[in-house]
Amino acid sequence: MSSVVENAAAYVAAQQDTAAQLPGYGLAELDAGRAAALEQLSRQGLPSQQDEDWKYTSTRSITRAAFKPASAGATCPSDFITQSVIEGLNPYRMVFVDGFLSAALSDLEALPTHVRLRSLAQVLSEDATSVLPKLGQMLGDPPHGFAAMNSAFVADGAVVEIEAHQHLERPIELLFVSGCGDEGLVSMPRTLVLMGEGSQATIIERHCSLKEVRSLNNSLVEIDLGKGAVLDYCSLQSQSDRSFHVGGLFAGLAESATLRATTVSTSGALVRNDARINLNGENSTVHLDGCYLVFGRSHVDNHTHISHNRADCVSRETYKGVLGDRGRAVFHGRIVVKQDAQKTDSEQSNQNLLLSEEAEIDTKPQLEIYADDVKCAHGATVGQLDDLALFYLVSRGVKRETARRMLTQAFAADVLDRVESVPLRQYLQSLAFDRLSNA
Amino acid sequence: MLKISDLRVAVDGKTILNGLSLEVGTGEVHAIMGPNGSGKSTLANVVAGRDGYEVLGGTVEFKGKDLLDLDPEVRAHEGVFLAFQYPVEIPGVANIALLKEGLNAARRYRGEPELDALDFLKLVREKIKLVEMKEEFLYRSVNEGFSGGEKKRNEIFQMAMLEPSLSLLDETDSGLDIDALKIVAGGVNSLRSQDRSVILVTHYQRLLDYIVPDYVHVLAEGRIVQSGDKDLALKLEAEGYGWIEESAGAAA
Ligand SMILES: Nc1ncnc2c1ncn2[C@@H]1O[C@H](COP(=O)(O)OP(=O)(O)OP(=O)(O)O)[C@@H](O)[C@H]1O
Ligand SMILES: [Mg+2]
Repeated sequence: MSSVVENAAAYVAAQQDTAAQLPGYGLAELDAGRAAALEQLSRQGLPSQQDEDWKYTSTRSITRAAFKPASAGATCPSDFITQSVIEGLNPYRMVFVDGFLSAALSDLEALPTHVRLRSLAQVLSEDATSVLPKLGQMLGDPPHGFAAMNSAFVADGAVVEIEAHQHLERPIELLFVSGCGDEGLVSMPRTLVLMGEGSQATIIERHCSLKEVRSLNNSLVEIDLGKGAVLDYCSLQSQSDRSFHVGGLFAGLAESATLRATTVSTSGALVRNDARINLNGENSTVHLDGCYLVFGRSHVDNHTHISHNRADCVSRETYKGVLGDRGRAVFHGRIVVKQDAQKTDSEQSNQNLLLSEEAEIDTKPQLEIYADDVKCAHGATVGQLDDLALFYLVSRGVKRETARRMLTQAFAADVLDRVESVPLRQYLQSLAFDRLSNA
Repeated sequence: MLKISDLRVAVDGKTILNGLSLEVGTGEVHAIMGPNGSGKSTLANVVAGRDGYEVLGGTVEFKGKDLLDLDPEVRAHEGVFLAFQYPVEIPGVANIALLKEGLNAARRYRGEPELDALDFLKLVREKIKLVEMKEEFLYRSVNEGFSGGEKKRNEIFQMAMLEPSLSLLDETDSGLDIDALKIVAGGVNSLRSQDRSVILVTHYQRLLDYIVPDYVHVLAEGRIVQSGDKDLALKLEAEGYGWIEESAGAAA
């Protein structure tokens, strides 16, 4: 490799040192994929504010920190898992410690035979040919250096396969615990969700921290929904305020498939989420929702990109943010309607509530429409708590702080209220409640 | 109960109340009438403690305390209640959640134990019957999507729940059909007692057939320009405000 962008040099070198130990090394297709991603990382480096898509999000604290790739073998006490379960959810659970599966902490008891939950490391070492064609397919060209880095190091994560026409009753929880090993590690889990025609499932991707150590979680999820498949998906980031999170959600939907995804960010020093949804089949539907609660000095950036590639698809996107203290947030919602995508029905909204003078939001909707028969609506708002509503509540005797909290919660609630699974919804609501009460 | 002396209030630098004095004794019902824009809602809002009003002078005493010194929630805890001329819609906050917070905050303020869920529900059911509202309204967001009449009924329901010692009803009768008017009047009358006072702001004599006031006042140009008994309302109904303005003009 001729020249390597400086901010990626250490990662490139680390990959070259360890590539031979990565699972599935030697498989031509996999090696080529990793090499291409490494080449991109070398050439582009990690993003900086010169990149249009990172204009409002500085990666300097990430690049300065010089994270070292985490390795398998870190441990997490089982108490921590027991204490952080979502009450009543009763999921099939895979636990990842600094990005690597911990079979001991996972619970796949009574998993039906038509569902396979395996670690990517296992799949790559034993059965790579079955999933290799899918790995990277929904991602396409990595949109930035972090995604390229994840692909160059791709080693472990979850592989979820649901057979055609199977309805999974219990949800699947993918619990990613970071901050288990030393200070300054980067974990890079890669998850693949492959749902057959007409299948249905609920999946929760949850990121939390064991210790308050500086860490980077560079997580990437690819979802392939077959014809008519229905997936309820939730991604939750509630890591420590010393952790950085760069997450990707890349989904492709076949004809008549439905994805309902909700991304919730409640803490972390910096959270950047890229969601890229391709509506590849006619009549497919995506509901892409987000809720970000940004306090202290946190920074949350949601970049979404929904592409209507075929006719008669529906997209509904609602992102809501509550910002206090010196919190900063970015929302960039791109909707692309391709020439063939007639009868597209698309709505996007981004609403923000600013609770302090120092909080700041940059919001940018971006519509690109190349078809002529479409219905597209979008809107963004930034506001403060409504004084009159506040007065109405206190005039009934509600204490001012309580009234503020009630209004703030009400603002954030509608996104969470739409979450299908009752235990998950209640968990998210109480998480938001706590976050806003302590704000 | 309430003693307002020489109250002067400005909004955005414009004087709205200009030397208003009014005394409401315990157990009394006062009606305040007056032309549009004369300052009736301003008076009600200032007493309830809404922001945005600049008190230029005068005093408001409530049960011997300086009311203007108290935060609006404390005024509510002390027993002041305002039924809004335009009740506010609050999406995402359930009616019942608001009542529970408000009621229990007042109980804590008075050193009483909070009502438990069961007792609270019992009370809610009893009071909601009084205004003939369906129980589903309890679980809907505050006033959101309520019809004009339903909003006004909801104000009276809240009043019945909180049992204030001073109720200010700002045009609660406006926009009500005759049955709803009777229900609202019934709600107010059920609260009427030796130790509770009511101020009714209204444009119509009609309400006063159902809630018979002890006193009727006319507010014009930021002051009480005429006071009398319930017959004053009848005269206003018949003759309008012109004669008062003339006599006030003549006196000046
Ligand atoms: N925020 C404000 N800014 C400017 N002027 C205001 C404001 N609030 C009230 N006013 C003015 O103060 C005056 C009194 O208003 P108020 O609402 O008290 O009248 P009212 O007697 O209740 O009238 P109505 O019978 O129409 O309800 C009006 O001229 C009104 O325009
Ligand atoms: Mg008025």
